Amino acid sequence: MKKNGFVSRLFLVIMFLFLYAPIFVLIVFSFNDSKSNAVWGGFTLDWYLELFQNRTVLDALQTTLLVSILATVIATIAGTAAALGFSSMRRRARTACLTVNNIPLTNADIITGVSMMLLFVFAGQVLADLSAWLNELSVVESANLWFDFEFKLGFVTLLIAHITFDIPYVILSVLPKIRQLDPNLAEAALDLGATPMTAFRKVVLPELMPGIINGALIAFTMSIDDFVISYFTAGSQVSTLSMVVYSMVRRRVSPEINALSTLMFVAVLALLIIINLRQARQEAARARDRRIAGRS
Amino acid sequence: MRSKGIAIPYVVWMAIFVVVPLILVVVYAFTNRSGGFTLENFASMSQYASVFGRSFLLAFVATVVCILLGYPMAYFLARERGRLRQMATMLIMLPMWMNFLLRTYSWVFLLERNGFFNTLLETIGLPKLDIIDTQGAVVLGMVYNFLPFMVLPIFSVIEKMDHRLIEAAQDLGANSAEVFRRVIFPLSLPGVLSGVTMVFIPSVSTFVISRLLGGGKSLLLGDLIEMQFLGSAYNPHLGSAISLVMMVIVLVSMGIMNRFGEGEGEAVVL
Amino acid sequence: MAKELIRLQDLCMAFDDEPVLDNLNLYINDKEFLTLLGPSGCGKTTTLRIIGGFTTPTSGDVLFDGVRINDVPPYKRQINTVFQKYALFPHLNVFENVAFGLRLKKVPDAEIKERVMEMLEVVSLKGFENRKPDALSGGQQQRVAIARALVNRPKVLLLDEPLGALDLKLRKDMQMELKRIQQQVGITFIYVTHDQEEALTMSDTIVVMDKGSIQQIGTPEDIYNEPKNAFVADFIGESNIIDGIMVRDKVVKMYGREFPCLDGGFAENEPVDVVIRPEDIDIVPVEQGQLVGTVTGVTFKGMQYDIIVDFRGFKWLIQTTDHSPVGARIGVKIDPDGFHIMKKSQYSGMFGDYSSYSEEYDELSDVEALDEEEAQEDREEGYEE
Repeated sequence: MKKNGFVSRLFLVIMFLFLYAPIFVLIVFSFNDSKSNAVWGGFTLDWYLELFQNRTVLDALQTTLLVSILATVIATIAGTAAALGFSSMRRRARTACLTVNNIPLTNADIITGVSMMLLFVFAGQVLADLSAWLNELSVVESANLWFDFEFKLGFVTLLIAHITFDIPYVILSVLPKIRQLDPNLAEAALDLGATPMTAFRKVVLPELMPGIINGALIAFTMSIDDFVISYFTAGSQVSTLSMVVYSMVRRRVSPEINALSTLMFVAVLALLIIINLRQARQEAARARDRRIAGRS
Repeated sequence: MRSKGIAIPYVVWMAIFVVVPLILVVVYAFTNRSGGFTLENFASMSQYASVFGRSFLLAFVATVVCILLGYPMAYFLARERGRLRQMATMLIMLPMWMNFLLRTYSWVFLLERNGFFNTLLETIGLPKLDIIDTQGAVVLGMVYNFLPFMVLPIFSVIEKMDHRLIEAAQDLGANSAEVFRRVIFPLSLPGVLSGVTMVFIPSVSTFVISRLLGGGKSLLLGDLIEMQFLGSAYNPHLGSAISLVMMVIVLVSMGIMNRFGEGEGEAVVL
Repeated sequence: MAKELIRLQDLCMAFDDEPVLDNLNLYINDKEFLTLLGPSGCGKTTTLRIIGGFTTPTSGDVLFDGVRINDVPPYKRQINTVFQKYALFPHLNVFENVAFGLRLKKVPDAEIKERVMEMLEVVSLKGFENRKPDALSGGQQQRVAIARALVNRPKVLLLDEPLGALDLKLRKDMQMELKRIQQQVGITFIYVTHDQEEALTMSDTIVVMDKGSIQQIGTPEDIYNEPKNAFVADFIGESNIIDGIMVRDKVVKMYGREFPCLDGGFAENEPVDVVIRPEDIDIVPVEQGQLVGTVTGVTFKGMQYDIIVDFRGFKWLIQTTDHSPVGARIGVKIDPDGFHIMKKSQYSGMFGDYSSYSEEYDELSDVEALDEEEAQEDREEGYEE
C-alpha cells in the first residue's frame, strides 16, 4: 500500500476533529464562568467545587460506579465460567448457546431494555398476585400471617440488566483465548503433579487472563456508558449518571456535569496511557528476547 | 476442567433474562390490556407508518454517510505507519468514554442559532444556518455517535490483511487503484457488513438523538416505543407490537444483506 | 535389565463406538527404550495417553510395578510426558517451567535451584533460565520440555512424536541426544513416532502397530530382518513382496522357479509372502540371472540408484550402485539369505509392488500422514470441529 499523501492526511485530521470537537467544547465549558454553554464568561473552577456538593450528581455517580463494578465482576466470573463450559459442549448445544449469547449484542438497546422491563413488571405482578392468593388461604389467615411480596424496579433490576448485557462481551473475548489454548498445557501440568484445580489456576487461568481482562474492560465500558437499558430498568428511585444527564438535558444541563465528565475523561485517558506505555515496554522486552533467540 | 456444568448458571440466567423477556414482548404484542388475544396493536400501527418510514430513512442515510466517511478513514489509518496506526483503535474509541448524552448534547451548542458553528460562518461572511432541530441534525447525531462502530471493524479487517496479497496483485500487474478495487475492497467487505449492522440498528432505534438534536419535532421509532412504556401514552401492548415489527424488519434486512454479502464477493453494499 | 515395569492387559479403547485399540497386550521393561511405531491412526498415541493417565481405556488394565493404575490420575503417577508440541507454559520462563513440578511438590527452594540447574546442564541449556519459551528455538524448547519432565525423576518418560516439529538436521542430532540422555538418567523411555528410521536408530525394542493392534514386537534388527507380515515389511524400510509357494523347507517357488532360501517350518506347498529387500538383489548379466526383467525407471539417490524393474508385470525396487539405463534387460541374482518368507496375512497383496513408485511418493505420503495425524488427535481430544 502507498503511504498517505497530503489529502488523505487532511481527511484524517478533519475526521478526528469531528470526533473530538464536542469533547473539547465540554472540557472548555467546564471552566466557563457562566451558566450558559454558549457564551464564554471567563475561567473558573467553581463547577468542580460545586460538583462535590451536588447530591443528585454524586448519588448518581455512586450508583453508576457501584452497578458497573458489581456487574463487571459478576459478568466476568459468570462469562468466563460459561465460556469454559461452552468449549466442552457438543457442537449443537454450543451453537444454540452462542446464538442466545448474540441476542443482546445485536438487538437494539431499546428492545433489550423494554423486554427486560416487561419481565420485571410481570414478575412484580405475579408476586403481588401470589401474596394476595396466599393471604386468602384460610390456613394462612388462621395462622395470622400476612404476605407482602414485592418486586419493584430499582437497583437490583438495574444490576440484573447490566449483568445480562455485560456477559456476552466477556464470553466473546474469552472464547477465542480458550480456542487458542493448547490442550496439552493443562495435561502437562497434571503430568507434572498438579491437581486439576491447580492446573487450572496455575496454567489455564494465566493463559486466559488477557482475554478475561479485555472482556472485563469492555463490560465496564458498556456499563458506564449505558443509558437506554438503564433508563427502562432502573425505575424512578435510582438514577445513573446518564439518567441524571438525560433529565437535565431536557431542561438545562448544569455545568457541574461538564466538570464531572471532564474528570472522568481525564481519568480514563490517564489509565489508557499507563496501560499503553506498559504494553509498549513489554513488547520491546519481548522483541529484544526474540532477537537474542534468533542470534543464538 | 472439561465440564459442561459450569455453563449451567449462565444458561439459566440467559434463559430468564434474555429469552423470556423476548417471549413476553411477543405475548404483549398479541394481547390487549385485559389479556385477550388481539391483532389490534398491529392494526393501529398504520397511523405510525410515517414514523417507520422516517426512522428507516434517517438510519439508512446515516449508515451510508458512515460508510462514505468511515471507510476512507479506516483505510487511511491502516495505511499509516508507526505510532498513529498503533494508537488508531484507541483514538477512535476514546470519545466513547465521554458520556454519550453529553457528547450529543454538546452538538446543540455547536450548532445553535448563536452557537460556535454559526459564529464561525458569520465571521467569514456566510449566512447563518439553521441546523439544530432538523432531520439533518438527527442524522449528524447518528453519524457522530456511531461512526466509530463503522471505522473499527473496517480498520481491523484491513489492518490484518495479508500484505503478500497486495504484493501478489501488484506482481500480477494490478496498479494501486486496481489493487484496491480487486483485492483490498472485496476482502474488507466483512468489516463493512458488520459496521453496517452496528450503525444501522442503534440508529433506527434511537430516541435520545432525535429528542436532543431533532427538538422532538421528528418522531422516530425509538421515541414511539419509549412513549408507550415510560411516556405519556402508556401502552406496553402497542409498544411491544412496534418493537416486534421493528425487530423483524431489522432482522430480515440484516439477513438479506449478509447473504448478499457472502454470495457476492464483489457486491457493493450501497 | 529385564525387570518388568509396565504391563498393558487386554486394552481396548473406542471413541464414539469407533475402535482405536483392540485387545492390546504389552509389557515394558525397566530402563528400556521402547518405541511405539505405526502410521497415523494406529492407536500409538492413544496407548501413550493411557499410560500417562490422560485417557481411560474402555476395558483392560494398566499395571505399574504390578499395581493396577487405571484409576490413578496423571498427577499421581510416577510418569512424565514430553508433549508433541512441547506444551511449555508460555507465561513462565525456562527456569520456572522446569521447576513447575518441584514447586508443586513443595521441594525447598535451594534444592529446586540445584535440581533445575543440574537438569538444564543435562540438556545443554545452561544460561537460558530467564528466557520465555517464545524466545527459544524449536530445538531449545524441545530440551526444556525434556528437562521439565526429567527433573521430577520419573520412573518412565513418555515422548509423543517429540521431534516431529524439528527440521531434518536437528532431528538427527536430537535422536543421538535423546539416546544419550536416556542412558545417562537410566529410566524407561516410551517413544511414539511414525518415523521408522527414528525408531530403528534409538530403540531397544520396537512395537509396530496398525489399526489398534500390535503387528510385531522386537529389537530393531528383528523387525527389519524378520518382519512378521507384509505390513511390517513394507512399513519398515523398502520391500518387494511377491506371492510364492513354500515347496518344502529351504525352497521357495515364485515365477515358476525354485529358489534356495534359509527359512523353514511351513507346511508343504503353503502359499506365502516372499520379502526381498532392494539392497539384497544383485544385478548380473542376463545369462547369469535367476530372473530377467526390464528396467522401467531410474532415480539417482546419491549413495545408490533406485531402479524399478518389471518382472512379468510385477515391479520391483532394486538399490544398486551400478547404473542401468531405462529399457535395459537385466538379470538378477538373490542369495539364499536375501529371501524372507512370511505367512499370508490380512495385509497380503496390499504392499510391495512398486508400480506407482515415484520420487515424490514418500514425501506425499508423509504430508498426508501428518494431516491425518492431526485429524486423529482432534478426534481423540473429543473436539468435533
